[in-house]
Amino acid sequence: MTATTEVAVKPRTVVLAAAFAVAAVVLALVSLSLGTTKLPLDEVLRALFGGGDSGTRLIVIELRMPRVATGLLVGIAFAVSGALLQTLSRNPLASPDIIGVNSGASAAAVGVIVLAGTGGGNISGAAERIGLPLAAVLGGLLATLIVGLLSIQRGVVDASKVVLIGVGVAAAANSLVAWLLVIGDVTDAGRAAAWLAGSLNARTWSDAVPVGLAVTVLLPVAMMFGRELEALVLGDDVASSLGVRVSRVRLALLVVATVLAAMATAGAGPITFVALVAPQVAQRLARTDRPPLLTTAMLGALFVTLADLIARNGLQVLQVGPYELPVGVVTAAAGAPYLLHLIGRQQKGR
Amino acid sequence: MWAVRRVSRPVALILVATAVVLAFVASLALGSRWLGPGAVGHALLSPDGSDADVIVRSLRLPRTVVALVIGVCLGIAGALMQGHTRNALAEPGIFGVSAGAALAVVLGLQVGLVETVGSTVWCALIGALVATFAVQRLASRGSGATPVGLALTGAAVAAMLGALTSAIVLLDANTLDGYRFWAVGSVAGRGFDVVGQVLPFALVGVLLAVVNARDLDLLSLGDDVAAGLGLSVRRARLVGLLAIGLLTAAGVAACGPIGFLGLLSGHVARRIFGARNAWLIPAAGLTGAAALILADLVGRLVGGAGEVQAGVVLGIVGAPLFVLVVRRRAVAL
Repeated sequence: MTATTEVAVKPRTVVLAAAFAVAAVVLALVSLSLGTTKLPLDEVLRALFGGGDSGTRLIVIELRMPRVATGLLVGIAFAVSGALLQTLSRNPLASPDIIGVNSGASAAAVGVIVLAGTGGGNISGAAERIGLPLAAVLGGLLATLIVGLLSIQRGVVDASKVVLIGVGVAAAANSLVAWLLVIGDVTDAGRAAAWLAGSLNARTWSDAVPVGLAVTVLLPVAMMFGRELEALVLGDDVASSLGVRVSRVRLALLVVATVLAAMATAGAGPITFVALVAPQVAQRLARTDRPPLLTTAMLGALFVTLADLIARNGLQVLQVGPYELPVGVVTAAAGAPYLLHLIGRQQKGR
Repeated sequence: MWAVRRVSRPVALILVATAVVLAFVASLALGSRWLGPGAVGHALLSPDGSDADVIVRSLRLPRTVVALVIGVCLGIAGALMQGHTRNALAEPGIFGVSAGAALAVVLGLQVGLVETVGSTVWCALIGALVATFAVQRLASRGSGATPVGLALTGAAVAAMLGALTSAIVLLDANTLDGYRFWAVGSVAGRGFDVVGQVLPFALVGVLLAVVNARDLDLLSLGDDVAAGLGLSVRRARLVGLLAIGLLTAAGVAACGPIGFLGLLSGHVARRIFGARNAWLIPAAGLTGAAALILADLVGRLVGGAGEVQAGVVLGIVGAPLFVLVVRRRAVAL
């Protein structure tokens, strides 16, 4: 019996996960060292471990670390969320971008920006610092709750329906966003558009900590369901004959996936494409039949950190100007060609 | 509630067509000023320049015709797309076509090329067609396009183009100001000139879709089976993609990205008419037309002075309807 209850861990997935984790940490350190004041890497390390002078510690720990930490954490959260949703629905297009979580969060957040906006592109301190992330979390969870309630029929949750109903809810929320953008003042619309692209600019510890909590609690929970996920890939009938309570497991993992995505969206906006691309890339590189969770999580962290590094410094390096791009622009612009490359290689291999 | 399922498919098709006609007439008659059927008939058949005639002929008729044509285009495109990717989530929005059109419109706004609705149309058409071509080329590398490869390629291209669009929009407030009104999706202010510009693309697209219907039935058995039955899978996919590209390009160029319309009509039609494409494709077209005309009408009626755009109505009213349809039965593609 032990043979069927234990999940065979492929060495390849572990090696990849470790490699991605190391790369993510290295890039995070590089990111901590770059900025208006360039710090050498050894000073960054010393500041992280409590040494160095107080000025360096302030820059590294209070100013730059929140941004880097938020990036790493939302990367993990979005990637795991996408991996769970794609596995549960057996649909490679499923991701929190598409099934309503991010759209619900966006509609709520854009609502706050446009309706509470002063017309000058600024909303007052409290509304921005607490209201915006809170609205995003609530909007995301509300959308999920609607999707969840509508998907349950006679106590059964059908995977393909969760995704489709999610798309319907997402469509409604997206139209609301488009409408809010049209009725809003153009400056507010600009602010909303920047939020919608997903950005790590000016993050503080109050952005990083909630995502951190969500990841610390929910990533282990998701990993505990490894055997169930493995079985669900084979289809509901096979899974339930292997003793998996399909409906209950699916509902539990759906909750995990959406809370992760909603918290991540509150932390950094709906960074596009991470949740869709990280699981697909991890799965193709690890050559497994479903996205390997830990590898996907580490890849997500690496991906967002790299994208943020490019978003912050790319335009300066190219000498276009002193602008910073939102990280979401880079995740899509850089992630998409890589996914295309992997699909192409796979098709040649067939 | 779905009594239609118990009548035969020809009858159901006639019912849907009747719905389109009724929606069309209602769209001419209703608005901030309500006109009777007599006044509408008078305006269409023997206009003499009265207020009612002007309202119907120059305000309501053009946008209703646009909604009819574009509804057919996007409805058929949705059904085709779901068939070719064998993915229930496929719609113009996740296929790169709308994103290509959006990027072209934003670039046009940026360099000052786009000022009128007419010039938006050309920009969007070119962008949509280039994006379709790119998706087609990228998806058929190696041994040809698989349904999963096609869906993911479309999503990847859409994300990439969307990123470029938002980068441009974020760096330039003027472009954002123009773009947001295009991106919401509406038929207001579109006239017969717009119909004239997109009609050739729409007609060729519909023709290709009809030709593709039987091949798509075979493809739904799986690529290997279809090839075994003597179908050239590669050519069937190419024709389908070309039809999707032309139809979506016409739709998005005229009205902005109303991707949800394709998704909605594809599923509603599949629910009523089943999976045979000879029925599904015309049914999806008619469903799309009825939905877009009604969405525009509702937007006009609830909005008062400032009307609500058809794209918004379609999302907010259409989404619950869509949920109702997909809840009823598992979707078999």
